[in-house]
Amino acid sequence: MFDFLEGYNLWEAFWTTVQLTVLSAIGSLIWGTVLAAMRVGPVPLMRGFGTAYVNIVRNIPLTVIILFTSLGLNQTFGATLGSDQIDTTNFRLAVLGLIAYTSAFVCEALRSGINTVPVGQAEAARALGLNFTQVLTLVVLPQAFRSVVGPLANVLIALTKNTTVAAAIGVAEAALLMKEMIENEAQLVLISAVFAFGFVCLTLPTGLILGWVSKKVAVKR
Amino acid sequence: MSSVLYDAQGPKAKRRNVVISVVFVAVVAAVLWWMYGVLDEKGQLAWALWEPFFHGEAWSTYLWPGLLNTLKAAALAMIIALPLGAALGIGRLSDHAWVRVPASVVVEFFRSIPVLVLMIFGLALFSEYTNVSADDRPLYAVVTGLVLYNASVLAEIVRAGILSLPRGQAEAASAIGLRKNQIMRFILLPQAVTAMLPAIVSQLVVIVKDTALGGAVLTFSELMASVSPMSAYYGANTLASFTVVALIFIALNFSLTSFASWLERRLRQGKKSTGAVVTADAVEELSTPGEHVEGKK
Repeated sequence: MFDFLEGYNLWEAFWTTVQLTVLSAIGSLIWGTVLAAMRVGPVPLMRGFGTAYVNIVRNIPLTVIILFTSLGLNQTFGATLGSDQIDTTNFRLAVLGLIAYTSAFVCEALRSGINTVPVGQAEAARALGLNFTQVLTLVVLPQAFRSVVGPLANVLIALTKNTTVAAAIGVAEAALLMKEMIENEAQLVLISAVFAFGFVCLTLPTGLILGWVSKKVAVKR
Repeated sequence: MSSVLYDAQGPKAKRRNVVISVVFVAVVAAVLWWMYGVLDEKGQLAWALWEPFFHGEAWSTYLWPGLLNTLKAAALAMIIALPLGAALGIGRLSDHAWVRVPASVVVEFFRSIPVLVLMIFGLALFSEYTNVSADDRPLYAVVTGLVLYNASVLAEIVRAGILSLPRGQAEAASAIGLRKNQIMRFILLPQAVTAMLPAIVSQLVVIVKDTALGGAVLTFSELMASVSPMSAYYGANTLASFTVVALIFIALNFSLTSFASWLERRLRQGKKSTGAVVTADAVEELSTPGEHVEGKK
C-alpha cells in the first residue's frame, strides 16, 4: 500500500523542515527580544524603529520576504551567506527570511508579556536604583518570559507551518517533496495524508507540551 | 506601562540618549549606504527601472490584474469559509458528542497543517478528478486551500465569540423558555457576530498574505506573481518591482489591521452591547492546534 514511498526520502525532507524551524526559532527569539527591548526602551528613535519594523514586516506576506531573500539579497546583492552551494545558500536565505518575519510576532508576544508584569515590580526595581537595562533584564523580562510561553508556543507552531514557504525558493523541505511526489505518483490522497500526518505530528505535540509547560511556569498572580 | 521601566530623564540620561541615538542612526545609515552602493553599482537605482511605475501601463498590465486576483481569491475564500466555519464552530459547542467530536477533529486537523500543503493537495485534486480548465485550476486550488484552513480558524473565532458573551445571556434566554437552537439563533449568534468582527477582519489579513503562496508555488497569477514578468519586461528591475508590490501589500493590510483595531475599540466602548469582543490579537492563538478557549465563568 505504501510502495509509492520508495525512492523518496521523507525523513530528510521533514528533517529539513525541523532544521528550518529550530534555527529560525532561535534566531527570531533573539532578534524579537532585541526588538521588544527597543520598543519599550527610553530612546525614542529606537522605539520608532521597532514600531516601524513590526508594522511593516507583519503586513508583508512571508512569501514576498522569502522570495526577496532569493531574488533580491542573493541575485541582486550577491549575498551567499558564506556558502558556494546553491542549496545551502537557499536554506540559509530561507532561515534569514523566516527570522525577519517571525521576530515581529515574537516581539509583539513579548511586549504583551511585559505588560502583564505588575507596575510595582518595575517601580520597586527603580526605587532600588536599577537602571533601564537592569530593570528589564533582571526583573521584568524573566517574569515576562514565564508568562509568554503560551503565546510563544503559538508563534513557534505558526513558524513550523510557515517553513513550507521555503519551498518557493526550492529548499528541499516537506512541502516541496510533497509537490514532487504528487506530480510523479498516482496516490494523491495517500501522499497528502502522509504529509498531513507528518505536520500533525510536528505541530500538535508541540502545542500540547508547551501548553503544559506554560501552565507550569506561569507566575501565579 | 513601558514608561514605568525607566526613570524620568535628567540631563545625564538625556545626553546618553542622544549618544545612543547618534550611534544607532550611524549604524542604520552605514547599512543603507552599503545597500545604496551595491544597488548603484548594479544599476538597480537607474531611473529607467523605477519610471514604469509612474505610468499607467505597468499598473494596467501587471499590478492591477494581479491585485484583483489577490482580492478575488481572498474574498472567495472568506465568503466560503465563513458559513463553514460558523457550522464547525457551533458544532464544537454542541451538547451531542456525535456532532461535537467530529467537528473538533476536523478543526484540529486543518489547523495543524500548513496552508501550502492544502493548496498543493487542492491543485492535484482539481487536475485529477475535475475538468476545471488548466487556467482556472490555480485559483480553485488556492481558494480550496484557504477555505479548508480558514474555516477551521474561523470556527474557533466563532466559538470564542460565543464563549466571550456573558453566561447570563444564555441563562436568561432559557429562563424565558427559548430552545437551544432558538437561543443560538436569536440571542448568542447575533451578539457573537459583532464581538468577533475584529478577529474576522484580522484573519482577512492572514488570507490576503497567504494568497501570495499561490503565486509562488502554484502559478496563480496574483499580485506577487506579477514581479517576475514585470521585471523581465522592464529590464530586470527586480528591486523596484518588489518594492512596489510590498508597498501595495503593506498599504492594503495596514488599512485592514487599523480597521480591525478601530472596530475593537468601538466594541469595547459600546454602551449598547455587553462589551464582549474577540480581539484581533486572539487570532494567533485561535489558529494554533490544541489551543482551547475558556468560557466565561
